[in-house]
Amino acid sequence: MSDVKTETPTSSSRIGDSAPRPDGIPKVKGTFAFSSDLWHEKMLWGGTLRSPYPAARINKLDITEALLIDGVHTVLTHEDVPGEAVYGLEHADQPVMAAEVVRYEGEPVAIVAADHPEIVRRALAAIKVEYEEMVPLTDPETAESVGHIHPDGNVFRKINLRHGDQEIQGDVQVEGVYEVGMQDQAFLGPESGLAVPGEDGGVDLYVSTQWLHADRRQVASCLGMREEDVRITLAGVGGAFGAREDLSLHVHLCMLAMRTNRPVKMVYSREESFHGHVHRHPAKMWYRHHADREGNLVRVEARVLLDGGAYASSSGAVIANAACFAAGPYRIPNANIEGIVVRTNNPPCGAMRGFGAVQTCMGHEAQMDKLATALNIDPVEIRLKNALKTGDQLLTGQTITGTAPVAEVIRTCAEHVPSYQESSDLMSLPGGAGRTADPEHISRGEAIAVGFKNLMFSEGFDDFSSAVCHLENGVATITCACAEVGQGFVTLAQQITREILGVEEVVLAPAATETVGSAGSTSASRQTWMSGGAVQKACEEVRLQLLQRLAEEHKVSVDDLVLVEGQALSLNGDFSINIDEASENPLEARVEYRHAPTFPLDEDGQGDAHVSFAFAAHRAVVDVDPELGLVKVVELVTSQDVGRLLNPLQAIGQLEGGAAQGVGLAVMEEVLVTDGNIRNASFTDYLIPTALDMPPVEIAAIIEQPEPGAPFGAKGIGEPPSISSTAAVVAAIREATNLELPRVPVRLTDIVSVEELS
Amino acid sequence: MSNDFYTLNVNGEDHQVADSWAGESLLWVLRERLGFPGAKNACEEGECGSCSVRIGEEVVCSCLVLAGSAVEQEITTIEGLSAEGELGDVQQAFIDAGAVQCGFCTPGLLVTIDHLLEKNENPDDLTVREAISGNLCRCTGYGRILEAVQMAAASRRGENHE
Repeated sequence: MSDVKTETPTSSSRIGDSAPRPDGIPKVKGTFAFSSDLWHEKMLWGGTLRSPYPAARINKLDITEALLIDGVHTVLTHEDVPGEAVYGLEHADQPVMAAEVVRYEGEPVAIVAADHPEIVRRALAAIKVEYEEMVPLTDPETAESVGHIHPDGNVFRKINLRHGDQEIQGDVQVEGVYEVGMQDQAFLGPESGLAVPGEDGGVDLYVSTQWLHADRRQVASCLGMREEDVRITLAGVGGAFGAREDLSLHVHLCMLAMRTNRPVKMVYSREESFHGHVHRHPAKMWYRHHADREGNLVRVEARVLLDGGAYASSSGAVIANAACFAAGPYRIPNANIEGIVVRTNNPPCGAMRGFGAVQTCMGHEAQMDKLATALNIDPVEIRLKNALKTGDQLLTGQTITGTAPVAEVIRTCAEHVPSYQESSDLMSLPGGAGRTADPEHISRGEAIAVGFKNLMFSEGFDDFSSAVCHLENGVATITCACAEVGQGFVTLAQQITREILGVEEVVLAPAATETVGSAGSTSASRQTWMSGGAVQKACEEVRLQLLQRLAEEHKVSVDDLVLVEGQALSLNGDFSINIDEASENPLEARVEYRHAPTFPLDEDGQGDAHVSFAFAAHRAVVDVDPELGLVKVVELVTSQDVGRLLNPLQAIGQLEGGAAQGVGLAVMEEVLVTDGNIRNASFTDYLIPTALDMPPVEIAAIIEQPEPGAPFGAKGIGEPPSISSTAAVVAAIREATNLELPRVPVRLTDIVSVEELS
Repeated sequence: MSNDFYTLNVNGEDHQVADSWAGESLLWVLRERLGFPGAKNACEEGECGSCSVRIGEEVVCSCLVLAGSAVEQEITTIEGLSAEGELGDVQQAFIDAGAVQCGFCTPGLLVTIDHLLEKNENPDDLTVREAISGNLCRCTGYGRILEAVQMAAASRRGENHE
């Protein structure tokens, strides 16, 4: 868990240094406690019965036989939910357990607590459910026009963005229809947690999540309890990427623990995990771009349709992003974009790294390439010609006041000369270990793409983080509920504290709802800015308290004092004192930090809805075996706008790791859904890139232009690597094959036509 | 349930496993009965490598091994790589190279890489990629992991890695 003391502090652990992770040593030793590692002497095991049907009426639910099994402690259904029957991140519409109907395959119907996971499995099998199957609504195109499958209707949100002249025509027009398949976050640490009933009637939940306080609000509501009686502590998180922003087993675990009065642990299997969290929205997109003869964009028309699946999750915010960023980081005076996200009986969709901007990037970048071809302009040149810069307006009418080095990321990425070695090993060809490819027939393609998205929450959301800094005997303790999910906030929190207080030892208290206010979600590339800002503010307040104390006690001026290397020094050298001595009497500050306010979109999708933006470009090189339909991504080059680099090593990790998820979406990753049923809920059938699939990622440039208003000038860096990487890879495959390839992931049968195969 | 017990040798010490179900995997027994949670449970179907441990000279997915079939063999888990409390060279390289993010794949990768370097102190890039291709990582894109392997390999050869 995050209660980790700093390891061998060094002076190279401040802002801008590649400081080591404080949780690195326990993680390489195998002693770091992930949520699936939790253990309690008296604990029971929990399990969930899920609907095998995407749409059905529940006519009968009989738990009698399950209860009779030796070792079963309780079986609970929707009738046992003590509080609100439904929950949701933005809008409560998802049942804790299904009552009369199930709306997606895998929807929870009953939960069990028993002595051993094998007894749990037998108990789940002994629950009798009589389903009356219904015809599932699986085509998002028809969702608006058919009967409602939920009392709240079939449309989660519709945005009609109108900007500038709605009629103007360009000299040149290109049109396209594009599709993006459903991607899974595929974090490695399965959903898991431990709930412990409290002696005071409350409950303690240890769970992997992205947002402790949003969990608490929803869990307390469903349990019919006061928020202060639900205490949630972050357990070690094995990756998140958006999939842990919604509740999964949280309420179930608490219900089982409170009913049995025993600690209960639950761990999803990988198959269950595919059903147990939301996915990236599949998208269908139509675009028409208008440009003048010189290649200047005149107008963009688009319709973006997202399939939200059975429940709302964060669909409303995802479609806002898809609409706002639909046309990419370009200067576009006129636009009409229709964005719509609908309810179906497909698996629920919500947050995943890139959040709406990934889907549209694949569309707008294909369009830019089409325009370049139609105008006979170089693809890099047309992007540079239209690149957004500070002072330009977005499609929402918002003027970009912060940094926007779009031309810089494009240019550096395009000009970079790769240094990777071409391998002559057949293993490096498409098909890899199969060694099926004939080097003579391999076709190479190369292409560039650029993308962007907002940082932090938008549209007027009261977005804040909280932190406590406690300084005592020269040791700083930081308490913040920011969910460390692997991204490295724990490292940054220590770097920020050392930078401001001049102390080396920084202890990070556990992230929990009990000790500190909300940190907001670890999503939207927001924690470096938001929780980084909260830690900065708390440390600065403590710093000022310390300086004022010293000024008073030692008759020196606050302005003459600095804190460095464990000491408070006066600038003229007359005075010095060790910080551990000066902080024998503890000092503490508790703060909330907010970014500049944002505003809702109006009925035309116009408004200053976002705070800040981050940009990245990718260039992909691919080899394709056109006869076998096999693709090998040979190399990726990237440039990214980061504001200011706080930890170079961690930044590289984000750029490489995010690109890998983009490569996956381009060539292999898709949750296959047929008639509402997931066909590949396993790592055998849902493929994510291995070390053999993943090419080297060369970083052409990390653009440092400090962002006004951002703590240390740093922008969040987690999402941009996942946005344009997919678009670049698919564009490179188009170059290699001369095929249209309007859909990702690109499948073998998209390259080799089925007629040819038969 | 059975009243019999069997003995597993883990990281050089014998551990009795009592009252276990015949169907329990080595992974489950290590994690839930013997207190070795280092091997991980990302898929429990032999695809991700997060549960990798050594049985004798072989690296296996412990989720696919019945615990009872691993008696009378030497089992080494991630906990055994720093048994003396000191970090092994690959573990240190993972920290120095930035190869750890969420850390869920880390134990399995470390067991696999330690085994690779024992057989081959000078593996080229493709050899390393093939050796770790059964270990999925979702955070890093493998770049820093490959770097860590070369750092550790160089230190085993007594060289400084640039």
